[in-house]
Amino acid sequence: MTILTTPAGIATGAADALRKRPGADVAGATFKWLLIGATVFATGFLAVLLAVMIVDGWDVLSGNLWYFLTHGFSQRSAGEAGVWQGIIGSLQVALVTGVFAVPTGVATAIYLVEYAQGNRFARIVELNIRNLAGVPSIVYGLLGLAVFAQTLRGFSGGTTAIAGGMTLAAMVLPIVVITSVEALKAVPDSLREAAYGVGATKWEVLSRQVLPAALSTILTGTVLALARALGEAAPLILVGAATGFMSFGDANMLETFTGPYTALPVLIFNFARQPGADWGVNAAAASVIILVLVLAVNGLAIYLRNRFERQW
Amino acid sequence: MTQEPDATVPEVTVTAETAASQHTRIDVSGAAAAPMAANRADTQTVFHCDGVHVYYADFLALRNVSLNIAAHEVTAFIGPSGCGKTTFLRCFNRMNDLIEGARVEGSINYHGVELYQDEVDPVEVRRRVGMVFQKPNPFPKSIYDNIAYGPRLAGAKRSELDDIVERSLTRAALWDEVRDRLKTSAYGLSGGQQQRLCIARAIAVQPDVVLMDEPCSALDPIATGRIEELIAELKTEYTIIIVTHNMQQAARISDMTAFFSVQANEMGQRTGELVEYAPTSLIFTNPDDPRTEAYITGRVG
Repeated sequence: MTILTTPAGIATGAADALRKRPGADVAGATFKWLLIGATVFATGFLAVLLAVMIVDGWDVLSGNLWYFLTHGFSQRSAGEAGVWQGIIGSLQVALVTGVFAVPTGVATAIYLVEYAQGNRFARIVELNIRNLAGVPSIVYGLLGLAVFAQTLRGFSGGTTAIAGGMTLAAMVLPIVVITSVEALKAVPDSLREAAYGVGATKWEVLSRQVLPAALSTILTGTVLALARALGEAAPLILVGAATGFMSFGDANMLETFTGPYTALPVLIFNFARQPGADWGVNAAAASVIILVLVLAVNGLAIYLRNRFERQW
Repeated sequence: MTQEPDATVPEVTVTAETAASQHTRIDVSGAAAAPMAANRADTQTVFHCDGVHVYYADFLALRNVSLNIAAHEVTAFIGPSGCGKTTFLRCFNRMNDLIEGARVEGSINYHGVELYQDEVDPVEVRRRVGMVFQKPNPFPKSIYDNIAYGPRLAGAKRSELDDIVERSLTRAALWDEVRDRLKTSAYGLSGGQQQRLCIARAIAVQPDVVLMDEPCSALDPIATGRIEELIAELKTEYTIIIVTHNMQQAARISDMTAFFSVQANEMGQRTGELVEYAPTSLIFTNPDDPRTEAYITGRVG
């Protein structure tokens, strides 16, 4: 850097000093290419995974997809087996998970942010909840087996979709709480003050200003948590979804919640365990189906978010 | 509506000159403010403050403030940053209740009611004592809903709302600019328009007092000028207390001025206090306290 002292010096040196020099910001350019490389690696990895699954499962996906989607599990041959029970089971489990995790989680977050307002108790609870989000899912499976399937047998009916859903609810609850807490904290205090300033009660401030403002973020976090629950196999295997069998018989929709159940990830696990290449095709095809299901759920999240954001 | 401001405040139009002539200099060092209030007509005084201390947890933010706020006047609070003027302003509608650990001691009397006794509902206080904030903070809703929000809470009928919205926006000198887009988002307005919207929102519930916390600090000079004109008009109907960093603004728009200063104790904690409270014309021409003079002439602060 040249120190320019006199006006004459500034004038004569200007053209030279202002000229672009190649290589002036090598670090910045390098960093940019590193970032691009990381992005390509991350998305490329997913693309390869997806491609491999589609190629491996192509026989099922292209040939008898409808049969595969609408028929139940069969141990006799890979060609006879389908994922119908898994789809229904996963949706049931996800529904139970949502029913238990969402109201509880959002309510917890509202209490922590709006009522406890960062007092010592709230800080301790929040810290613990953040730690709980890191607990391996298999541990929740043990909890589910001990508490939801056995202690609460009278309510859940044993190792049923209800017990499985409650287990996953316990697992995703910390995620729901944390995303909701962040969503509520992101609502600016100026909005709360504006509402209090015209004579709103706490309930009116919460229900008409804070929650609507935080809703899109809460919804997004909640649905993402449900998507994670949809993909879990380990805890469900512990809480009774291991058989891969589910006979509907004459059972109505409500009764299936309290009978034997299975879920898509558990089915994939079962398919993959069977000997023979054609079972592998089934596993790959079922993986594509669960991906589509999760994508559909995420799409719903985006739709809901956009819908609620447009309201103002 | 839940209240009729005209029932409590007589319809007197107080011009700046007559208001100023009624005031004599007020000694704020002791309890002399109390007899002052007794000397004046009771209906003239909206707030009567005596020995107000404000704490945030153990920290004393504001020490021993005694002053009276007169009806239909503009009272300005000036002083350096951290002197507690905003803290004091937020005492008048119990906004400090929202801050964890904030505590108000002493007496703030509003039309004969002690504001900080247990029986007082802060929600009702805030309906009578509205507030306009430093940064324009419209609700993320339509212009119409921003204005209608408060009246709806107060139980206004749907059929009354159109009138209230038009009246409030007209009063805030915004109606002509937004009449064709009432249903569009308030976020589409400029900063100055948003602040006038916030003023309209505050007066839509027909308050008695409007508190303004540096309402022009985020605005350009033209928008500031419009807000100042608005304040001059609004004082015929409302009592206005305004915090400002801009001394010219205080001189232009206020009838009474309170100068706050800040003092640090040996532990470095900075506590605000009221230095001088007098008619604006006196404060700016012939201040009593050397600290006031130093501040308004720009030698400190």
